[in-house]
Amino acid sequence: MIGFDRRLVEHFDWILFGLTVGLLGLGLLGLYSATYDGSPQASPQFIRQLIWAAVGFCGMGLAFAIDYRRLERWAYLLYGAALGLLILVPLIGSFGGGARRWIYVGMFSLQPAEFMKIGLLLVLARWYHRVVPPGGYGIRDILVPATFFSAPAIFVLWQPNLGTTITLGLLFLTLTFTAGLRLRSLSVLALAGGSLLPFIWTYLKPYQQQRVLSFLYPDVDPLGAGYHMIQSQVTVGSGMVWGKGFLLGTQNRLDFLPEKHTDFVFAVFAEEWGFVGAFGLLVLYCALLVRLLVIALRARERFGLLLSVGVAGIIFWQIVINTGMNVGALPVVGVPLPLLSYGGSSLLTTLVAIGLALNVSTRRLFF
Amino acid sequence: MDGQAEVFTAQETLTACHRRIGVISLIVLFVFCSLGFRLWQLQIVEGDRFRTLSEKNRIRLKRLPSIRGLMLDRTGRVVVGNRPSFDVMLVPEDAQDRLTTLHALAAYVPEAAGFLEGKSPRNPRRSAYEGISVARDISWGTLAAIEAHQLDLPGVTVEASLKRFYAAGNLAAHLVGYIGEVNQAEIAEYKGYRQGDLVGKVGLENAWEEVLRGYNGGQQVEVDATGRKLRVLDEVKTQPGYNLHLTLDLELQEQVEQALGEAEGSVVVLAVETGEVLALASRPTFDPNLFALSIKPNEWRALVKDPLRPLTNRALRGQYPPGSTFKPFMALAALEEGIVTPETQYNCQGGIPFGGRTFHCWKRSGHGWVDLKQALAQSCDVYFYTIGQRLGIQKIAQAARRFGLGQDLGLALAVSPGIIPDVEWKRRHLDEPWYGGETLSVVIGQSYVLTTPLQLAVATAALANGGAVYRPFFVTQVSDVDGEPVQTYSPEITAQSNIPEEYLRIVRDGMREVVHGERGTGKKAFLPDIEVAGKTGTAQVVSRIIGKEEKVPRHHRDHAWFIAFAPAKTPQIAVACLLEHAGQGGGAVAAPVVRQVLEAYFRIVGQRKLENDRIRQTSG
Repeated sequence: MIGFDRRLVEHFDWILFGLTVGLLGLGLLGLYSATYDGSPQASPQFIRQLIWAAVGFCGMGLAFAIDYRRLERWAYLLYGAALGLLILVPLIGSFGGGARRWIYVGMFSLQPAEFMKIGLLLVLARWYHRVVPPGGYGIRDILVPATFFSAPAIFVLWQPNLGTTITLGLLFLTLTFTAGLRLRSLSVLALAGGSLLPFIWTYLKPYQQQRVLSFLYPDVDPLGAGYHMIQSQVTVGSGMVWGKGFLLGTQNRLDFLPEKHTDFVFAVFAEEWGFVGAFGLLVLYCALLVRLLVIALRARERFGLLLSVGVAGIIFWQIVINTGMNVGALPVVGVPLPLLSYGGSSLLTTLVAIGLALNVSTRRLFF
Repeated sequence: MDGQAEVFTAQETLTACHRRIGVISLIVLFVFCSLGFRLWQLQIVEGDRFRTLSEKNRIRLKRLPSIRGLMLDRTGRVVVGNRPSFDVMLVPEDAQDRLTTLHALAAYVPEAAGFLEGKSPRNPRRSAYEGISVARDISWGTLAAIEAHQLDLPGVTVEASLKRFYAAGNLAAHLVGYIGEVNQAEIAEYKGYRQGDLVGKVGLENAWEEVLRGYNGGQQVEVDATGRKLRVLDEVKTQPGYNLHLTLDLELQEQVEQALGEAEGSVVVLAVETGEVLALASRPTFDPNLFALSIKPNEWRALVKDPLRPLTNRALRGQYPPGSTFKPFMALAALEEGIVTPETQYNCQGGIPFGGRTFHCWKRSGHGWVDLKQALAQSCDVYFYTIGQRLGIQKIAQAARRFGLGQDLGLALAVSPGIIPDVEWKRRHLDEPWYGGETLSVVIGQSYVLTTPLQLAVATAALANGGAVYRPFFVTQVSDVDGEPVQTYSPEITAQSNIPEEYLRIVRDGMREVVHGERGTGKKAFLPDIEVAGKTGTAQVVSRIIGKEEKVPRHHRDHAWFIAFAPAKTPQIAVACLLEHAGQGGGAVAAPVVRQVLEAYFRIVGQRKLENDRIRQTSG
């Protein structure tokens, strides 16, 4: 079982792997520019991201090497480990940007909330794989998976980290929907969610409320909370068709964009590579997602299918929230753009997730 | 995995999932199409607009204010200059969190705390990225503190600028004037001013605004998001204003102001042969430096509400009856008209009857028999009543006007015209006929007659130089920043009377007697080594003073005058001195002031001559 299987090479999903490597390459290009300070030496962030990419590919290899059906059995263990790490954050974590999100390990910082995505994915896929009520899931049937989601979500929200909480929630919804949530239950959930909105609003921190408000009315305070919103659109729009050229984005180079190497790296990319580059990037992402869904369709059992859909979900929702924010279509929420944004934990998580999908894709033909 | 049924069920549930994946695929495609559409909208449809915005973001237009021209006195001393000043500016667009920045700034600049309490002056016309002035003219220590903590103070910049500096302080403050922020009316009137620009408000600062101001330049500066200047992309150089070379002699001015002391009044010193204004003082005075950094409201209120009106330039705008200083001009007219000769004598018995009432001489006991010389020396009113009756009001008015009295002297500065009344004037302004008794009052410089100290100085100079009324002038040369002359100005005669030299000599002799004669009223202007010709004047404000002088309210007290030129035979300068509501005669209070002025003038001239001789000797 552990020994090398030649079929792993024969049936390896080169399309998914190629798309991943390609996107990561573009991501490094964008990051290089976003952290470029005029000196020919690469920035420390860029170097660190390269190291994380290497770590990420190891993680991907590991996620690929171990048969996903074995991982299914380890799901609770992995979920528990991620949850344990998450609970450690308030105890030993460090502050940064008004939130306690990171655990320092040597010179690297970990963001356990990122790894929670994998843990939740595994445990939900396992649960929906094993428990299949005839006629689909009702509200009562999803109480257990809802608990799987809620437990870490509370900790993540508490950090506070609204972006990751939303991603976890959307992952939960995507898997529940794919697994076969009854449409009636779906509408009940939607109604409940809708009626919860005012409550959620009061729970939001003032700066989060401000972000939502400035999304709805960006011109009210263009230099205060609306600043990110407007500057990001100016950055994207000023790229025009062909872009300003690599390392030549003025908005980027002159620091008009906040968080440009994390949340707004898409805008930096769009400024320097124009519509052609940004649209091309979207096409690549779309291709990646389509490939993940194809893998899901080809999976031989529910676990593999749900795993692939979950991977697609994690990546898709982060792309939507991040690029939506970059083009001024969604409020500012700190969600990284998979494979592009600076951030080791995010990159590692994404690569591991894709490793899982490679796993499913390659082993679908194994009997 | 042991049973067909279960496999079938598994396949069935997979199929259900596949349908859901189909829905998800549609959502994914829809979302990506929307994102693509949004990109197309931003980058292609609105790309031009956003490109312009991004250019504007990084390129800012920075105005470079021009350097205002200097004013130098006739010896080259700086009267008005500029000195460096540092202002703390806040660019709200650059301070990502204004409150935090202001909090941090308040540690070094107390004024920032005022902004925290929401007192920030909002200027709706402020263009984006234009700084709001938080504190002006900060100290070197504050400057160093802000520069050192620049990184903690995003949006805060320190702008160096040149501030108007009135080096002479309150010396000649009224003549020099002051500057202030341009108002809406001035923006409409002049060209090329914007809110916040400084403009000459009064005095020479105002009259020579176009020359002094120069032209503003501008810079296109590339900045980053915190407003830090990265480099200058393009620059239009400023053009400094031109310098004014004044006729003023600062050293003399200082002596004049000292001679005036704290008394309300004015002294004007003119060069007899050119009309150059060597000194011009008005009291009470003020410090124009208060205006150089926009004046504080309470200081402004104090200046404006002061009943003594310190902002008024009494030399040019104060109108006072000339009193007996009018008499030399009347004497000249009487000689020219053949009404009197130097030998003609009248008997003054303290008054003459006219129209049923008595016109008193100031000396109730009378002067006895006086000729013209003594009439001037002792300022005998009865003598002048007599010649006034024979001259008539029209001749009197003409005699005064040809010396510039009651005349617009055609200055760029704001002046009052004064009044020399005649029949026509009275009919037009009061719609009344002229009464003979009024002529008697006019001839001794009372009644409706009003002159300014400047006018009397000009007239005195004309008397001294033989009848040439020079337009008083203040600026001899305009030079550029390198000192190259741009324009020079020469003396200008506005009116020339052909008065026979012998008549002039008689009047000048009478005026010499005022100071040097045994019974002269102006003996207090006496100088031991230089002959002075002068004339006292005591101008009544109300016709009859009842009770003791000290108990009379200030605004009812008499004005004291003294006019003089010296040396009496070869006049160089003419002086007019007015002490407003002095309550005493011109001979008592104004003559000593003029004596000090003359003394100072001849001392200064003498010293300079010595110095020049020494320089010539050492270089030769």
